[in-house]
This record gives sequence, structure tokens and C-alpha cells, in this order.
Amino acid sequence: MRHIISVRDMDRAAIDALLDAAYEIEARRYNPQRLAGKILALLFYEPSTRTRMSFESAMARLGGSSVTMGSVEASSVAKGETLADTIRVVSGYVDAIVLRHPKEGAARLASEFSSVPVINAGDGAGQHPSQTLLDLYTIRRAMPINGVRVGLLGDLRYGRTTHSLALALSLYGAEIAAVAPKGLELPSGILRELADRGTSVTEYSAIEDVIAGLDVLYVTRIQRERFPDTASYLDIASSYRITPELIGLARDHLIVLHPLPRVDEIDPRVDAMPNAKYFEQAHHGIPVRMAMLSEVLA
Amino acid sequence: MTEDRAQGLLISPIRDGTVIDHISAGQALNVLRILGITGTTPESVSVATNVASGRVGRKDIVKIENRELRKEEVDRIALIAPNATINIIREYTVTSKKGVETPAEVIGVVRCPNPGCISNTSEPACSRFLVTPNGLRCHYCDWLVTKEIAEHIL
Repeated sequence: MRHIISVRDMDRAAIDALLDAAYEIEARRYNPQRLAGKILALLFYEPSTRTRMSFESAMARLGGSSVTMGSVEASSVAKGETLADTIRVVSGYVDAIVLRHPKEGAARLASEFSSVPVINAGDGAGQHPSQTLLDLYTIRRAMPINGVRVGLLGDLRYGRTTHSLALALSLYGAEIAAVAPKGLELPSGILRELADRGTSVTEYSAIEDVIAGLDVLYVTRIQRERFPDTASYLDIASSYRITPELIGLARDHLIVLHPLPRVDEIDPRVDAMPNAKYFEQAHHGIPVRMAMLSEVLA
Repeated sequence: MTEDRAQGLLISPIRDGTVIDHISAGQALNVLRILGITGTTPESVSVATNVASGRVGRKDIVKIENRELRKEEVDRIALIAPNATINIIREYTVTSKKGVETPAEVIGVVRCPNPGCISNTSEPACSRFLVTPNGLRCHYCDWLVTKEIAEHIL
């Protein structure tokens, strides 16, 4: 039985196989009834719009169906049931489980109690492998991932997507430039792990200093609640804003990614530029999640 | 109490059991915690701390009477006392003497310091850490414990 819990569990061959499968699906070379008769449970203990909808859509496009737990307040969770018990029960109803949970490691725990495959759709500040896979897929659709120069920008301390992406990129010999406000830099544990994997990370304080050498700029949201007051947030947020003028300093083939939702990080004028790939990136959630579901269910 | 009598207490032999020697000075009580030996467990235990040692300067010693600890039980103390030696005693004679080896994984020994980790909830998740060259990595949340491991012992 195959679970998809963390990019740490995946080697390059496993990631490439999923990206290849996603490419075939996007090219419409797949059986739309591949998962006919299969049922997917969506257990979302936290709010989610795009992840939940894209898994549901992915399942439907493969001929399968989905059942949801509904809101946590209206479920047995409100009565105090443990995640382990919920998983033991629900895994008897369905063929696979997609789980989002506020606690880190929840998906790993679920996989230990489940009789069917578990896919992690985000566990607190921990892992979110489907996001990482669609990030990689978007890069690969634009250029070879091998040796790519990626700038990570924004809240790199708490932003889980950047940690998972950096770890996955280390399998491809990527060079990473990290640009974060003071106090929101990549955690030392991640830096050490990347170094162990042979990936060098260069840290910069200003995006202008590094953008000219990048192939990919991965922007994340700087959360207002990380700052003591609105003034200091606005001060930092404005200095990390991506504008057409900033992209003018970059090479033509630079692509700009963002896991969305964005707030003020990217000027809407960038949306019309050929470099802007973040909506395409979100759309890639469907073929990538279809590939993941096929992998664990077929 | 004279120094001779005190010294006599420190080195008095046990008839049967386990002597853990060359424990890093100051770690003896943490070693007992890792082994799950508390005031309520039945073993007769002697602890000597900050004993002069030609090999390591100062060391701690733990003697546990009438219990032969299995090597895998004792290997867990390698996390905080990597130079310790385990002596199994039978009829006042050392029948086996081994060093400790760092285990690949430790289960139920260290609490994850990450308050957001699923292992710190009411879920039936036993603390579990992978031992890496950089420290202990939580099996559930990937948190890396790099220093002061003794502070996180369950």
C-alpha cells in the first residue's frame, strides 16, 4: 500500500514518475474511467478551498467519486474522537483518504492506522506534498528542473511550501537563493538538511540583488500576524512586492510562481506578463493530483 | 564519614546485575530516566556521580542489582552517554563488557519539542525519533532535536 505523506519519503525517480504521469494526463492520454467505482474520502480538519476542490475534481475526472466529512463542528471530531479512531473507521468506508489536519505529523499518524492509502493534503506547518509536486511540475513545463536557479521569497520560516520545495529541488541539483525579511529566514534545520543533500543556499536581503540570475522566482505570502504592528508589516511587505519594473531586471525566461492565495505580494500588473505562471500553476493541481490518485489507487 | 568509607561505598561490588560505567559526568539520573528506572520500580540501584576517572576525567556510575539489562535497552543511553560501558555481573564476576551503540531509532524516550506535533496530543502516537548525524528527527513532524536531548526525555 502506497501513502504519499512527505517529499522526504520520495526519491527523484518517484517524483519524476508522478510528473511524467501528470504530463500524460494533461495531454489527455489517460483512461477517464481508470478509478471508476473507487471512493475517496476527503477529511479536512482545516478550511481549504482549492486543495479540496482540486482533489474532488481530480477524482471525478478519473471516474471515481468522493465523500467528505463535512465541517469538523458537525462531525464525530466535535465529540472528541481521536484522529486515529476516525481513520480506522473511515478507511473501512473508502478506497483512499486525503487528509488535511492542523497538527504536524497527522498524516503520518493516519497512515499508521489506515487500511487504505493516505495522501497528505497539508499537516499544520509541516508537509504538503501535492503542492510541491505541482510546483515542480510547473517548473518542468517551462524548463528542465536540473540545475535550475530558484529564488524563494517571503516568509521562509513558517511557509511550509518553501521547505518542501527546497528539499525536492535538492534532488535536482538546483541552486537556491533565499530572500526573507529579518526573523523570517529559512530555519537552520532546513538549511543544514539542504547542505547535507549537497544543495547550497545563498541568503539575500533584497530581491533586486539576485533576480537577474534566477530562472524561477517562488513568491510566498508574508503574513500580517507575524509582525508587531501594521506599520512594520506594510514597510516589509512593500519591499517584497513583485512589480513589472522588478521583473524587467530579470532574464526573459524567468517564471514567477506563488502557491496562492496572494494578497499584496504580486502587483496585478504582473498577471498579464508571460513570466506570470501562478494561475497556470494552480491549474496544474488537477493533473498532478490525478497522477497521485492513480498512483495510490490503481 | 571518612573518605575511605565513602570510597568503599562507591566501588562496592554487586553480586548480580548490571553496572553502567563511564557515563558522562552529571548524566546518571538522566540515564535512569531513559532506562525507565524510577523510585517506584523494584530494582536496587546505586548511583555515583562525578567520580574521578583516569579515562574521562569525571564520570558517573550506575549499578542495578538483580537485573541484567539487554543491550538494546542500554543502547538508548548512547544519546546522552556515548562513552558508557555496560558490565553484566554474575556472582561478583564481570561476565560481559560492551560499549553502547547509538540506535537507528528511539521510541518512547524523548518528547518532541514541537508543540504542534501530533505526538504531543491525546492521539495514540508514541514518541519516535530517527537518530541522524545532526540530531534526532521526529518521525511524525520532522522536527530536529540537535541539543539538550536530556531536557526532552520523557
